[in-house]
Amino acid sequence: MEASAIVMMIIGIVIIWGGLAASIVNAVVKAKKRGPESEAES
Amino acid sequence: MENRPQWGSRVGFIMAAAGSAIGLGNIWRFPGVAYENGGGAFFLPYLFALLTAGIPILILEFTIGHRNRAAAPGSFAKIRRGFEGIGWWQLIISFVISVYYAAVIAWALSYTVFSFNLRWGDDTQGFLFGEYLKLAETPGEFGGIVPGVFIPLVIVWVVALFILYSGVKRGIEAANKIMLPLLFVLFTILVIRALTLEGAADGLNAFFKPNWSTILNGKVWVAAYSQIFFSLSIGFAIMVTYSSYLKKKSDITNNAFITGFANSGFELLAGIGVFSILGFMAMQQGVEVNDVVSKGVGLAFVVFPQIINTLPALNGLFGFLFFASLVLAGFTSLISIVETYIAGLQEKFGISRTKAVLFGGGVTAIVSIIFSSNGGLYFLDVVDYFINNFGVALAGLVEVIAVAWIARELGKLQEHANSISDIKLGLWWKVCLAVITPVVLGYMMIDSLIKNFKSNYEGYETWFVTAYGWVVVVLAIVIGFLLPYIKGKTAAGSVSDSKEVSQ
Repeated sequence: MEASAIVMMIIGIVIIWGGLAASIVNAVVKAKKRGPESEAES
Repeated sequence: MENRPQWGSRVGFIMAAAGSAIGLGNIWRFPGVAYENGGGAFFLPYLFALLTAGIPILILEFTIGHRNRAAAPGSFAKIRRGFEGIGWWQLIISFVISVYYAAVIAWALSYTVFSFNLRWGDDTQGFLFGEYLKLAETPGEFGGIVPGVFIPLVIVWVVALFILYSGVKRGIEAANKIMLPLLFVLFTILVIRALTLEGAADGLNAFFKPNWSTILNGKVWVAAYSQIFFSLSIGFAIMVTYSSYLKKKSDITNNAFITGFANSGFELLAGIGVFSILGFMAMQQGVEVNDVVSKGVGLAFVVFPQIINTLPALNGLFGFLFFASLVLAGFTSLISIVETYIAGLQEKFGISRTKAVLFGGGVTAIVSIIFSSNGGLYFLDVVDYFINNFGVALAGLVEVIAVAWIARELGKLQEHANSISDIKLGLWWKVCLAVITPVVLGYMMIDSLIKNFKSNYEGYETWFVTAYGWVVVVLAIVIGFLLPYIKGKTAAGSVSDSKEVSQ
């Protein structure tokens, strides 16, 4: 694979899969902060 | 009136929304579109489209459904009485899509079985069009029913309608909680195997190598917005319906980000898998990757079987993984599409879920028999193209203009979303919806109209594209805007926030 292709693959993976991971982590952290009651509600 | 059903958990809702967005197009459309529009360079407009149109529209539809707690017609009617027709129009579009979408899942189901003994043989194209579909010689010719397509189609409908009959929590949520993780596991195994094939690196190089000269080409940006728009299940009532089943204190914006990124994440995975396999095929045939790239029905049912034939080992298992992935991706989308009008019928006529499933689902299943005829593929090709380009895209455009510019409701919707969400919406959201989305969708619409007035889609005869393309599109609009005048038991827009129950 050429360097430019590797760079774009890494950028794509980091932004898209990273974005997914970050939004899931954010949801879990915020739910934990609110406590079990609100976690069940949301 | 029946109590309103609701999701059992936040995870259940996200699984269902992501399951709806992740469909056949993620596997067979995205890789080819990305390759044709600059490879790695396509990611720039694609990500821009995701953040400026895809996720903002998802947030809009989640908020409309959640705040108004009704299916699409009722939800739009609550914004403004005259908007009820937009909801019905989107439901008719869903109806049209579901009749042919089920047929494609039926093909994938057949091919899952064929994988075990590689029944397609060496001439995969001849097998698909001749032996399996028994395709009519001329477009527009119905011929007879093809049993090999009809039987799996019946199975698809029986399973889909049983899931829908079982309710939101016990049916749709439970099915998505099984099907979506299973899809991810099967497809990941397939991608890992694909990455270990000889020539995979060449395929990935072709897929990711950026062609920066394309970045200033307007068509590439339109392709990026189209891919995001058609892939996220937006513009045809699904996300409005699904979010109407959320509990009152539910997050909106973070859920939209998770859904949007999950959909794109699966597309990226599909791109890696598909191009690794195409790289292997190119190496086997001693040609360039460019010579073997395809997308859509041809990629799935002609090229993939060819590749499966040439694999060094476990050909049947690889075929099973691929076609079973298509079946699962298709099912999670199909049930979401049908649910839109099941919910709409229930609310409009005050009927039980069972009656709505039997009537709405039954009529759809009967109409979809057209696509198990000898001429099915031609009908599917034309209806799919027109209902997406002039149905979904136009309905999305009208929805955004109606909410943002006519009702000027974005402020209230923003307030509602911010009151319950982790991620707060700012001015960017309104700009994306009120300016960027209408401009891009409007351009897409004009561009498609000009293209189709200049020449018939795929060179089909004028009567054929008129009867099965334009007429279907116009009928969806006419019926959609007439339905609000039919008196139902429940006036849309007056659907009350009745007690929430888990079904």
